[in-house]
Amino acid sequence: MVKLQDSFAAALLEPEAPLPPAVSRGGSPAVQRRFDIYRNNVTSSLIEALKASFPIVCRLVGDDFFKAAATLYIRQEPPRSPLLFRYGGSFADFLESFPPAGSVPYLSDVARLEWAWLQAYHAEDQASLPLQSLADVPQESLPEVRFALHPSLSLLRSRWPVVSLWAAVRDQKDNPGIDMTQGEEAAVLRPGNDVSVQLLPPGGHDFLSALADGRSLAEAAALGSQATSDFDLAHHLQGLFTLGTVVAIIAPDQG
Amino acid sequence: MSVKSLAFGSAFIAGAVATALIGAQTTPAAAAAKEKCYGISLAGQNDCAAGPGTTCAGSSTVNYQGNAWTLVPAGDCAKYGVDTADAKYKLPDGRKGSLEPLKRDLPST
Amino acid sequence: MTRPHSIPARAGVGLKPQHYEAILAERPDLGWLEAHAENYMGAGGPPHRYLTAIRQDYPISLHGVGLSIGSEDGLDADHLHRLKALVDRYEPGLFSEHLAWSSHGGTYYNDLLPLPYSEATLARVCQHIDQVQSLLGRQMLLENPSTYVSFWVSTMEEIDFLKEVVSRSGCGLLLDVNNVLVSAVNHGFDAAGYIDAFPIEAVGEIHLAGHAETWDGEAEDCGARVLIDAHDRQVDDLVWTLYARALSRSGPLPSLIEWDNDLPDWPTLFAEAQRAEGVLSGGRLQAAVEPARSAAHG
Repeated sequence: MVKLQDSFAAALLEPEAPLPPAVSRGGSPAVQRRFDIYRNNVTSSLIEALKASFPIVCRLVGDDFFKAAATLYIRQEPPRSPLLFRYGGSFADFLESFPPAGSVPYLSDVARLEWAWLQAYHAEDQASLPLQSLADVPQESLPEVRFALHPSLSLLRSRWPVVSLWAAVRDQKDNPGIDMTQGEEAAVLRPGNDVSVQLLPPGGHDFLSALADGRSLAEAAALGSQATSDFDLAHHLQGLFTLGTVVAIIAPDQG
Repeated sequence: MSVKSLAFGSAFIAGAVATALIGAQTTPAAAAAKEKCYGISLAGQNDCAAGPGTTCAGSSTVNYQGNAWTLVPAGDCAKYGVDTADAKYKLPDGRKGSLEPLKRDLPST
Repeated sequence: MTRPHSIPARAGVGLKPQHYEAILAERPDLGWLEAHAENYMGAGGPPHRYLTAIRQDYPISLHGVGLSIGSEDGLDADHLHRLKALVDRYEPGLFSEHLAWSSHGGTYYNDLLPLPYSEATLARVCQHIDQVQSLLGRQMLLENPSTYVSFWVSTMEEIDFLKEVVSRSGCGLLLDVNNVLVSAVNHGFDAAGYIDAFPIEAVGEIHLAGHAETWDGEAEDCGARVLIDAHDRQVDDLVWTLYARALSRSGPLPSLIEWDNDLPDWPTLFAEAQRAEGVLSGGRLQAAVEPARSAAHG
């Protein structure tokens, strides 16, 4: 059976594509304009969805630029799922290779931060463990202990001050005084009701990434100390648990 | 050098855990200071950015029809300029950027 | 979770995140609320927390916007399972979806796209509704669409198509009165006649919304008038009139104000619901009078 929806769907994201034969008998200009309403609905509603997911990117480049970039992205990579909060995972990569955005090289990292925020917002709810839980682990097991981290957690590392930029634009600061040469690392997670964006101290990203990769506490500590000469493990453990990052402690024999 | 060979010993890890636990038991004020010390928290404002929601509505807003390739970013980024030497972009897979204008979507209804 | 509450024959509103706090703080005297299923298909987070809290105090209906019942592809199994989990979790008083398609070839178009009305599409829609109703273990309501194009390949009228869907699948209908007006203007049929011919006994819920207006011509104010189902403003006066006309046939039914774009503040939205409540009360009086009158003349 010839699929009517093949031709209808093909014409939705292609302004120059012929109208689907099932609607175009006579091919009057009025029919063309009516079909354009569907084209408009599809693209406009998806632009709005991207704008809702990437509000800070939109503020950084302005509405006109955002809409134009989003329109191109939508044609290249339309959604695969009816869950709109899952649409836009590759928008940051798109912006990174989009020449007109070249003068805003940190744009894609801001998009990555916003994506992490949105994923954390909708992530599974899980209770975090307090630091005190570590007191129950036998001392000799501590180096080999592993942690299950919160399902909402994303880690970001940018050569730009991505968190400071994101926060300054969000809070509409007039004179934020951000050092544009300073890279930043961040953890994004939602241990309770609110998404938390945390700027990490030196070594924090390496330490947390190692734990997220399933490495033991001793291995993660080693990777953290490679990143910075004054890596203070006690301090990072406090940070790890205070942020609500840990949801389970996996003893070595459970590995 | 493997990660394993770098790993710290049991006594070192246990010492750090003990220090961390003691720190956590200090006064609330001290604990709060410690917390701030770890990372700058930029939480909150969930309500103004809940992400996209589905609707069963059509759109009466006419889709943008402009030429993306001639547009210049014109938002808050003006406040955050960077050295143009840093402002390079790369295209994946050696793809060349097209500088042809976009075709118009819609008549200007 | 509380037990399922059936949806009362009162006014309700579409639930939007921007109004969560106002609803929980003010506990307005509202018959029920309707949530878009797809907005609650994430694993966790604030959407579920708020919906759970609101569900404690109000009957909830679920309205799907992404199932693509009219799709030429089969229904998305993952999406069906998400829907099943959501219905099991929140036990909504009603579940409804659209006579439309929105996914094709693995792409989701985020719009309710039209179907031709023929034996082939009828069979497919009925098969998909069967699939949904078997999986959910309950009846669903199917909503009449608003459309901008028609298909020369159609062999049936929309109303006959809907009647046949009801009789073959056993589903109920959701009568969207704004959709009736939008389609009537766009295709040049009589909206009142459509309401009069609608299989009203199958209707379990009514939708009311605002629409935008544009023109078929090149320039503004030229060519035929076209209505866009935008849900971005108050309900049009003509829609209120058609609504009263529908109620005079059906008696009071659960009636929803849908406002999805350019959202108003809570008091404005609540005022729209109260207006519907007012029409419903009038309808109740009418319904009480009607049988007596028939008896007198019968």
